[in-house]
Amino acid sequence: MRRLTWRAARLLETRDETPTARTLVFELPGWPGHLPGQHVDVRLTAEDGYSTQRSYSIASPSAGERIELTVERVPDGEVSPYLTEVLEPGDEVEMRGPVGGWFVWRAGASAPVVLVAGGSGIVPLMSMIRARRADGGGPPFRLIYSTRDPGRRFYAEELDRADPGLDVSYVYTREAPGGSARPAGRITADDLAAGGWPADRRPDCYVCGPTGFVEHAAELLIGLGHDPGRVKTERFGPTGG
Amino acid sequence: MGIISRGFQGRHRDRADRLPPGQYLTHDFPVLSAGPTPRVPTDRWEFTIDAEDGQTLRWSWAELTALPSETPTVDLHCVTKWSKLDTSWRGVSLDVLFEDVESAAEHALIHCYGGYTTNLPVEDLLDGKAWIVYEYEGEDLAPAHGGPARLLVPHLYLWKSAKWVRGIRLLDEDEPGFWETAGYHNYGDPWREQRYEGD
Repeated sequence: MRRLTWRAARLLETRDETPTARTLVFELPGWPGHLPGQHVDVRLTAEDGYSTQRSYSIASPSAGERIELTVERVPDGEVSPYLTEVLEPGDEVEMRGPVGGWFVWRAGASAPVVLVAGGSGIVPLMSMIRARRADGGGPPFRLIYSTRDPGRRFYAEELDRADPGLDVSYVYTREAPGGSARPAGRITADDLAAGGWPADRRPDCYVCGPTGFVEHAAELLIGLGHDPGRVKTERFGPTGG
Repeated sequence: MGIISRGFQGRHRDRADRLPPGQYLTHDFPVLSAGPTPRVPTDRWEFTIDAEDGQTLRWSWAELTALPSETPTVDLHCVTKWSKLDTSWRGVSLDVLFEDVESAAEHALIHCYGGYTTNLPVEDLLDGKAWIVYEYEGEDLAPAHGGPARLLVPHLYLWKSAKWVRGIRLLDEDEPGFWETAGYHNYGDPWREQRYEGD
């Protein structure tokens, strides 16, 4: 039987994605590897023995003993402010995983893929995008990425670089860049129709983001004719941190 | 004890006596589901119990909601680490639904609108430990939280409290459900922190 054990993960480096989100690169000796879309449990322990855990999606594809998380700082959160503001290279936290065998994309799958991200919901989808690229290509991917404004995009430079077979479109909910054809606003069926694949291509759809976003986007996809059995969702509660 | 996290103090220690290991307290009600939320109109809703001998008992929405109901107030523990205390529900105890079931089966597989499944021992459904609930905090149960009706088995992690419940199959042999075949624990006792296979 497979057993998930706690391992010491050492922070190697950090990259700020937005003013409130930071990518953390860890070295995790003994890591068995993971599938794109899986997550890891992180455990913090205080000096008095109190400990707490949270789950974070993995942003990197499986690559030896390195994994990258991108953590959005939740105001008043217990864990995310520590990870994004206190933890420094050389520090260790405990992790175990990988966790989750459903919201995953497997290299070698042939169906086209629609990725729909709301805010920090991009993280597990980015693992899929990177795994596809690391694999030298694969089925065509289309990403529709909804954020409040352009400055809230994670991985902006990387997503702006050419990646054959990956199309990216953005939905800005509060503030669109000047000259943008699409006014700022909540994601619509038109956004998903224009930025995704038609249902008759039978794409695999992955939707990740806050609960309200996922409920809405998944319902729009079904309204466009996508098979509910091909729409996989992962929701971030309004809580957490 | 694990590695000490330099400078970490933590905060949520209130109600620590009611939080299983590794859980933190939340006051809102997060939603976790593997797929889109199914919409099940109550005029087409039914709930079944299939015994191992082929006998099937069946309830329509009107029949279920006409049965004597209870109003349990319980704590919820989700495997994704949040716990929510003192949630109040209305629904029918599984003891009522099992009254006329002739079965010696020890295993149950719960199945749902939308295709979700989860398994648990039959004894965990009986003796006042489980309900089919259709109201949450005095309101009709919202679809995102499993409406029109969900199973409520609060002594196990919340993935066992299947949303959009459609029926129970009683089995002689245990059959793992959706998350149980995806690396999660077969039983899922939060107080023993049985999150994943092998815990």
